[in-house]
Amino acid sequence: MFAYYLQLGLRSLKRNPVLTALMVMAIAFGVAASMITWSVFRVVSGNPIPWKSSQLYNVQVDDRGPQYDDPPNEPPEALNYTDAVALMQAHKAPHQTLLYDIGPSVLPQNPNDLPITAYGYATSADFFTMFDVPFQYGSPWTNADDDAHASVAVISNELNKRLFGGANSVGRDVTLAMHTYRIVGVTNHWDPKPRYYDAYDGMEFYPDPPQVFIVFNRAIDLRVGMTGRNNCGGPPMHFSSDEEWLHRECAWIPFWAALPTQADAQQYKTFLVAYAAEQQRAGRFHWAPNVRLRNVTEWMAYKKVVPSESRISLFVSIGFFIICLVNTIGLLLAKFMRRSSEIGVRRALGATRREVYAQFLMEAAAVGLAGGVLGLLLTVAGMQGVGLLFEPDVARLAHIDVSLLVTTLVVAVLTTVVAAFYPTWRAAQVQPAWQLKSN
Amino acid sequence: MLKMTHLSKVYRTEVVETYALRDFNIDVKEGEFVAVTGPSGSGKTTFLTIAGLLETFTGGTYHLDNLDVSNLDDNARSKIRNEKIGFIFQAFNLIPDLNVFDNVEVPLRYRGMKAPERKERIMGALERVGLASRAKHYPAELSGGQQQRVAIARALAGSPRLLLADEPTGNLDTQMARGVMELLEEIHRDGATIVMVTHDPELAARAQRNVHIIDGQVVDLAEDPRFHTAYAAAAGQVRG
Repeated sequence: MFAYYLQLGLRSLKRNPVLTALMVMAIAFGVAASMITWSVFRVVSGNPIPWKSSQLYNVQVDDRGPQYDDPPNEPPEALNYTDAVALMQAHKAPHQTLLYDIGPSVLPQNPNDLPITAYGYATSADFFTMFDVPFQYGSPWTNADDDAHASVAVISNELNKRLFGGANSVGRDVTLAMHTYRIVGVTNHWDPKPRYYDAYDGMEFYPDPPQVFIVFNRAIDLRVGMTGRNNCGGPPMHFSSDEEWLHRECAWIPFWAALPTQADAQQYKTFLVAYAAEQQRAGRFHWAPNVRLRNVTEWMAYKKVVPSESRISLFVSIGFFIICLVNTIGLLLAKFMRRSSEIGVRRALGATRREVYAQFLMEAAAVGLAGGVLGLLLTVAGMQGVGLLFEPDVARLAHIDVSLLVTTLVVAVLTTVVAAFYPTWRAAQVQPAWQLKSN
Repeated sequence: MLKMTHLSKVYRTEVVETYALRDFNIDVKEGEFVAVTGPSGSGKTTFLTIAGLLETFTGGTYHLDNLDVSNLDDNARSKIRNEKIGFIFQAFNLIPDLNVFDNVEVPLRYRGMKAPERKERIMGALERVGLASRAKHYPAELSGGQQQRVAIARALAGSPRLLLADEPTGNLDTQMARGVMELLEEIHRDGATIVMVTHDPELAARAQRNVHIIDGQVVDLAEDPRFHTAYAAAAGQVRG
């Protein structure tokens, strides 16, 4: 009967081409608007590391007191050097890492080529295991390398292609900011979006993946420049030396701890409170301990990673889609009720109400499918205009893939079928006796 | 075949109750050709829709093919309509989007019949009404008489036990009406049970038995003066 209903549905659609075209266009425009905005929203709102987002925690410690809190009662979003190093040395979490943004110049292998700038992070060995960074060649450096302030580096496969033509470069040297580092690993393409681990620096939607990673301690030794955000709170400060700056209460080092269980997290928070209390006792902090421990999803929510224009445009387009569906309901109702006579005849000849439902829902599904196919074309065309609605970094993330195409079709068909419930219910209520008597 | 006992049908609104059928009794034997006559508004069509399980009734009992159909649910009624009853309507009630073949196919589809058997039955029914060559035509391309023949073919294709006809010639000219009537007689001769509602005394006279309805009740012609008045009026309308 499926094929029979489909055949009847298609035949019915051909009978009223104008009405059919109106319904198909309503569905197509509605679904396309929703899919275009959803294509952005799904990227910016997605969980970048769902399998362990509840185990990775951003650490915050209030190092400058309530008068500088913004928002109120919230500690700075990154740590200063003193606290970051202290927490690393305390090593109270199974894994922990700290990082800061770097942008060193890279000397190409060919002396005739100009140097390039590679962006990345000065960090610690646990960074790679905590954030599940995949490797093409080699492996991360070790904790011993951290302790030894080793001149080792991990580079991305993109940088590896530029420098070494994609060959296995493990063991070779790379010159970063005039210093030589031995390559210990080459990552596979790795660029989780949003870039949750560096939301502090506003890098959530930075278009290119990080290209280079070096040992934090070594970077500090060499005073490798920081390209990220530095927030010292209060009035502008002037530092006579890097050393002075390092030991002031300036937030510039995002700090993460891997805490597999809730008990671990609770225990770590107790440790943080104790650490802050100790700083208070030592006279460094003049306020009660104020610390935060937020997992990835909590951290992204706190940082409002999802751009408000993405959320608003999604709501608006869904509203538009609902209006399109309401119009479709009206058109389907008109179309179905014009066929009361046919329904009466079919019921008289043995069709059950369920069979009437099936026939008309199938017809609606055919409308939805046609709307979905047209909607796909409109979605593809509309993706070119995403840049008009969103920031370039965000707009660049929107892309068409199989899941978007399938979702477009499924949403179009399902929503049209749902929209057809009421018209179909009305159609199934046609009393054959009255209908036939009235003829 | 069809037995209604003390059957009633009441249409109720908030302020009024209208009896369409009242203490209605009829017994149609298998193989009979019964004409149901009566003036407009007497309850003929209501009787036919109840007989065809298109409408429920308010009181009494109704046995169809020895089955009490009083309390069947909608699905069961649909199944019986599909398998045991064939309908012929005054307005033909063909589906305009479907060609002749597809129109005749409709009840067979709901029976879940396989395609080869459907085709055999459809072509057999169309040959019987003389329209096999018009299988691919659409209703709008046929005359009224031909459309009614298609409707008869649709009713016959499912080999129903009971054929219910509501003014089958009401929309046809005399010549076409004669052809349709001859076809019904032929179908009856082949063993079908036919109940035909008609205003036309001439058509009624060609049935084996006439049942007369006035004010929702079956009446005896000889004893009920209301019939004579109504009958005369109906005959006058037909002649006019």
